[in-house]
Amino acid sequence: MSLWQFFLANRSEILQLTIEHVWLVGIAMLLAVLIGIPLGILVTRRPWLDKPILGAANIAQTIPSLALFGFLLEVPWLGARADRLAIVALTLYALLPIIRNTAAGISGVDPAVREAARGMGMTPGQILRQVELPLALSVILAGVRVATVWTVGIATIAAAVGAGGLGEFIFRGLSMVDNHLILAGAIPAALMALAADFLLGALERRLRYAP
Amino acid sequence: MFTKPPSRGEPAIEFRGAGYRTPGNKIILDKLSLDVQRGETLVLLGRSGSGKTTALKLVNRLLEPASGAVRVEGRSTLDWDPIALRRRIGYVIQDAGLFPHFTVERNVALVPRLAGWEPERTAARVRELLHLVGLDAAEFGRRYPHQLSGGQRQRVGVARALAADPPFLLMDEPFGALDPLTRAEIQEEFRALQARLAKTIVFVTHDVREALRLGTRVALLDAGRLVGVYSPPEFLRATEPVAAAYVAALRMCEEPGSPRQGGER
Repeated sequence: MSLWQFFLANRSEILQLTIEHVWLVGIAMLLAVLIGIPLGILVTRRPWLDKPILGAANIAQTIPSLALFGFLLEVPWLGARADRLAIVALTLYALLPIIRNTAAGISGVDPAVREAARGMGMTPGQILRQVELPLALSVILAGVRVATVWTVGIATIAAAVGAGGLGEFIFRGLSMVDNHLILAGAIPAALMALAADFLLGALERRLRYAP
Repeated sequence: MFTKPPSRGEPAIEFRGAGYRTPGNKIILDKLSLDVQRGETLVLLGRSGSGKTTALKLVNRLLEPASGAVRVEGRSTLDWDPIALRRRIGYVIQDAGLFPHFTVERNVALVPRLAGWEPERTAARVRELLHLVGLDAAEFGRRYPHQLSGGQRQRVGVARALAADPPFLLMDEPFGALDPLTRAEIQEEFRALQARLAKTIVFVTHDVREALRLGTRVALLDAGRLVGVYSPPEFLRATEPVAAAYVAALRMCEEPGSPRQGGER
């Protein structure tokens, strides 16, 4: 059976696992953005938090992903549901590039522009919303893009703890030494990573303020 | 639409022994005492590190004095709500500090929008101000700062500072980054503008020629200390060594004749 025939024969399961995969990545990225951007802003406001916050995010990132999923299995509330565990692990992985780019984007705003904003009588909140975040947006999005591409890849490991997603095929294929199965997981995951990269890259270019 | 030229009386801005030091305790500004009268253009002249920009930033409370006080309209800057204070004070800095992601219109409209003006009133005010600084609103309004020349950006910077008609203007080497011809042009326009608007202006420069051309009075700062306050003719006759050094430097590049006329265009 050719790979193509294999894909056709298993299309409903591929679709099912792809949807699970998108769901895991989507929720994890949403959480990572909701947590990471405020933390990135906080780092620029309280420089002494820079080291602890980025350090913690860095450590999360250096734990091998399979091990991280394993560690989290032991955590009471988390270990109870596989998808919950997977989403928390993926969120932890995605945080670092988002925090780092948010902080870098805001710190990269021309000091003259920030000072003009203060001198004009803008409040810190107005400066953040109207000046710093818009000017940092493309850098922040670049961080989200990198994080998303990673997360699509790492999410295949979620299958190891039974959270589903395209990793199901890969692990099954590995145990059965079946390349078609491995590819049935790997190809959609790779395409998903490329699509995320392309779409977020396009958004990033669109939202950049100056041509 | 503009404020009337206010009557002379109590000074608009008073420095009362105002000092400023760095966190490392280095003295940047040492007990500055100085009055700025309503409607005048007081120039703070000095070389870099003389404390002139620091003095300026004490006025709109971008910095707070370590000792002494700075009073605006009779009230210490520390007793003002900093946001309210800054909205009464237009601020122009070198290379304009325009927001690169805002069009010219939005840049100029900034303070009126913050103050919650009606959109129609803001739009009319933006057109009026762009016209005032010599820019055609139809041509330039929708452009972004990077699509303007340095001179045009600086004009937009002045328009933005004037937008909500503040009684005060602080200008920190606003024309410093311009080429000499554009600078001379914009200085002339600024003089005409000032004659019409009668704002109280504190103007920082290291360019003695600019100081003498634009200032009602010139306050000379050196290494954080006030050397003296002079009218332009007094400055040219000053015997105080630092002032005299400036005048000598000025004369060196002038053609024979009065520095007030020579070499301007």
